[in-house]
Amino acid sequence: MAEIRIRGVAKSFGSFTALHEVDLTIADREFMVLLGASGCGKTTLLRIIAGLETPTKGEVWIGDRRVDGLPPRERGIAMVFQNYAVFPHLTVFENIAFGLRMKKMAQAEVDRRVTRTAELMHIEQLLKRYSGQLSGGQRQRVAVARALAMEPEVILMDEPLSNLDALLRMEMRAELKGVLAASNTTTIYVTHDQVEAMSMADRISVMNGGRIVQAASPVEVYRNPAARFVGSFIGNPPMNFLPATRAPGGWEVAGRLFPGPANAPDRIEFAIRPEDIAPASEGFTATVRVVEPLGPHTLVTAEVQGALFRAVLDSDSLPNPGDRLTLAPVPDRVRWFDPETQKALT
Amino acid sequence: MPRALPYLLLLPATLFLGVFFLYPFLQVAADSALRGGEWTLDNYRRMASHWKFSTAFWNTLLLAALVVPIQLAMALTMASVVTKLEAGRSTLLYIFAIPLGISDLAAGLIWLAIFEQSGFLNSILTTLGVIDQPVLFLSYQNTWVILLAIVLAEVWRATAIMMVIIVAGMGLIPKEYGEAAEVFGASRWQRFTRVTLPMLKPSLQTALILRVILAFEVFAVVVALGGTQFPVLMGETYHWQFTMQDRGVAAAFAMVILGISVAFTLVILRLLHVPKEARV
Amino acid sequence: MSAADTVAPDAVRQSGRWVFATGVALLVLWVLVPIWLLMVNALSSPAEVTAFPKSLIPSFDTGSMAFFFGFGGVLDALWNSVQVAAVTMILAIGLGAPAGYALSRFDFPGKEAFRFLVIMTRAFPLPLLALPLAVMFIRTGLDDTILGLALVHATLALPFAVLITFSLFSGIPVELEEAAWSLGCNRVQAFRKVVLPLAAPGIAASAVFAFVISWNEVFAAAVLTIQNKTLTAFLLQSLDVSPLHLKFAGGAVLVIPALLFIFAVRKYLFAMWGIANR
Ligand SMILES: Nc1ncnc2c1ncn2[C@@H]1O[C@H](COP(=O)(O)OP(=O)(O)OP(=O)(O)O)[C@@H](O)[C@H]1O
Ligand SMILES: [Mg+2]
Repeated sequence: MAEIRIRGVAKSFGSFTALHEVDLTIADREFMVLLGASGCGKTTLLRIIAGLETPTKGEVWIGDRRVDGLPPRERGIAMVFQNYAVFPHLTVFENIAFGLRMKKMAQAEVDRRVTRTAELMHIEQLLKRYSGQLSGGQRQRVAVARALAMEPEVILMDEPLSNLDALLRMEMRAELKGVLAASNTTTIYVTHDQVEAMSMADRISVMNGGRIVQAASPVEVYRNPAARFVGSFIGNPPMNFLPATRAPGGWEVAGRLFPGPANAPDRIEFAIRPEDIAPASEGFTATVRVVEPLGPHTLVTAEVQGALFRAVLDSDSLPNPGDRLTLAPVPDRVRWFDPETQKALT
Repeated sequence: MPRALPYLLLLPATLFLGVFFLYPFLQVAADSALRGGEWTLDNYRRMASHWKFSTAFWNTLLLAALVVPIQLAMALTMASVVTKLEAGRSTLLYIFAIPLGISDLAAGLIWLAIFEQSGFLNSILTTLGVIDQPVLFLSYQNTWVILLAIVLAEVWRATAIMMVIIVAGMGLIPKEYGEAAEVFGASRWQRFTRVTLPMLKPSLQTALILRVILAFEVFAVVVALGGTQFPVLMGETYHWQFTMQDRGVAAAFAMVILGISVAFTLVILRLLHVPKEARV
Repeated sequence: MSAADTVAPDAVRQSGRWVFATGVALLVLWVLVPIWLLMVNALSSPAEVTAFPKSLIPSFDTGSMAFFFGFGGVLDALWNSVQVAAVTMILAIGLGAPAGYALSRFDFPGKEAFRFLVIMTRAFPLPLLALPLAVMFIRTGLDDTILGLALVHATLALPFAVLITFSLFSGIPVELEEAAWSLGCNRVQAFRKVVLPLAAPGIAASAVFAFVISWNEVFAAAVLTIQNKTLTAFLLQSLDVSPLHLKFAGGAVLVIPALLFIFAVRKYLFAMWGIANR
């Protein structure tokens, strides 16, 4: 059992607060992704869980043990570092065996585990090499194998794929997901790549400015952002936002009337994903600015009452800049946010 | 890019080293094997049969064997301390590096101030009542005290160079390696022996070679503290060149120092060899 | 952040800190106390220097110093030392910096051979080379001159100058120079306007380092100078005849510039060994 509970964990570096009282529970064997923009505190949170950084306050529990205060090696974790940290002075075999040797495991067991994990990561033919003789992708596999060989309850990964090229990244993504699913570990995976997050995660924790703004399944995070930030960060292109004002019988948005939240301040924000917009006979009047044909569909950037508004249309429609389109949102995909609190309104 | 440019830039330094390093080096070798214009091993025979030779030889090796390991341990300690520190780091580095700029002669004089008969050690011991009257520490009856004083002076003076090289080397080891070792269960000591030390090999190599050679060149410290009571090879070389005016034997001594220096350099290179593929 | 800090209950952690702090303090004392003691001697009157038991606080009497500077030949020796060191500095940087630049910027056949030559010089007890050079200098009239000794000291300092400047120039991205070329500079202009300003402090530091090497050198100085002794040679050769207070005052005069030099170059001490090692 390796449920991870983070209770009110905060971290300051001098006067700068990198984490504000984070609370998060990660279920046993869950694949949790920490997603957020650069500098939002993902690495800091991961390092606190690993024991490489001491929290300013708060508690970290793994299973039924409180671990903040324990050194990394007593936490039952393994970690894959962003630059892999594959020891250059040891062979691949000894790298994978490193943690096992520290546990003074019998040689036979070391051999068994190294061979097994090396096969799992398809690096069995590299065992005698040094890290200087490996490609980035191979090094990455060694780093994962080294973590898996520990058979840890928890694996922590800090942007393990960020140094690989796009194709390799896609390949490793699928492979890693498969290997980790078969391994019975709880995984925390840091990335700032939302595609990676969406495709691998059981749940995603979206972080912003040292806080977790939403922790939910990928679909939930995508469909029902709990905060304006989540909508504006996730999705490519991100959500469109338009100001909305209370009107008799609903909310007025760019001259149109929409039903919306009853319990809300007078001025709120209307939000819709670009994919959830289609040309219609009635809707927003949009002036086309930029047209980008992307193959399967066309991305149209337009202006609606002075605000930027993007729509993903099917590839048959190729408007010209300057054209006027009438665009309508899919009604049940419309979301609302409070501009004061930035939170979603229902 | 003109192809000749790098060679033009290297030319002055190369010529200079040719004239002032390679040529005299060959000349010493020749001098040591020439006597009265003839090729002979006479100089070496004279050197070896002189009663002070074997004392000087073994004293030099003994000094190096005592001094270098102590310095290595101290330099590693200092470097680890400095690397661990957050506040006051640069001040501490400066203090540790001070002896780097101090000549062996000055170092000898400094320790002379401590060990001489009216020196600070005697003063303190008398004040504390350990001894009744000052002891003549640096006399021929007390060669081991002379040895101790020389070792202290050498350790004091020349640890800094090793420390500087090792600190620089530690700075080149990415922090992640230590953290990875920590996560995978290494204790602090294990991290030091299994990660830091192996990755520090190139720096240790440089530091040890430099230090061992300097240890074989030990001269002024010895003269300052022991006068002629503690013969070492470099001192004998000087003695034959100057007092005896015998360049042949002096050259033979020089060749012995060269010989052990090269031998130890090769041993160190061998012991601390890092295979190309295992480098960072 | 380390194991001991985080596991330990406060008491253990506290005592760990104390041990660490005490260790640091001892190391600092180990370095500083001997220098202090030398200064105590140098700043006491000649009578106090030979008196017994000694005080650990100097009386700030200038007697020893005055005696030292008034002693026949001292001022000349001091001036000789400065001159030799200055010439050494110029030679070492003038010859070493171009080589360091070439090593950092070009790949050419023979590069490894040159590096090997430079590194080999570190594997030889260089002061010994003063022996044959003494003869050569007599033939060429360089014996017992400032330049002659400076040439030998430059041999000592040159390998360091090459390696330090190599590491310095390697730290300045070649792209900066290329950018200057693309903006219309020729090689020399690009070097003068872009590389030199960036490298200047480091070059100055390695020059100071060369100065220190010469300033401190004893063996070659003692072998090669007779009339024009440097301070180290002078002190060495008067060791068995000069009174204690002269020795200690001389030691202090040797040490004080060293303190300042190391202070001046402290930032570069470490950078220069980084690349040179690999
Ligand atoms: N040791 C430190 N000292 C001071 N500030 C730090 C330290 N480590 C991190 N920070 C700051 O804390 C904030 C969070 O850093 P963190 O490394 O957790 O970001 P991140 O989300 O991992 O970003 P990235 O995606 O760029 O890796 C940053 O603003 C960073 O500047
Ligand atoms: Mg990060």
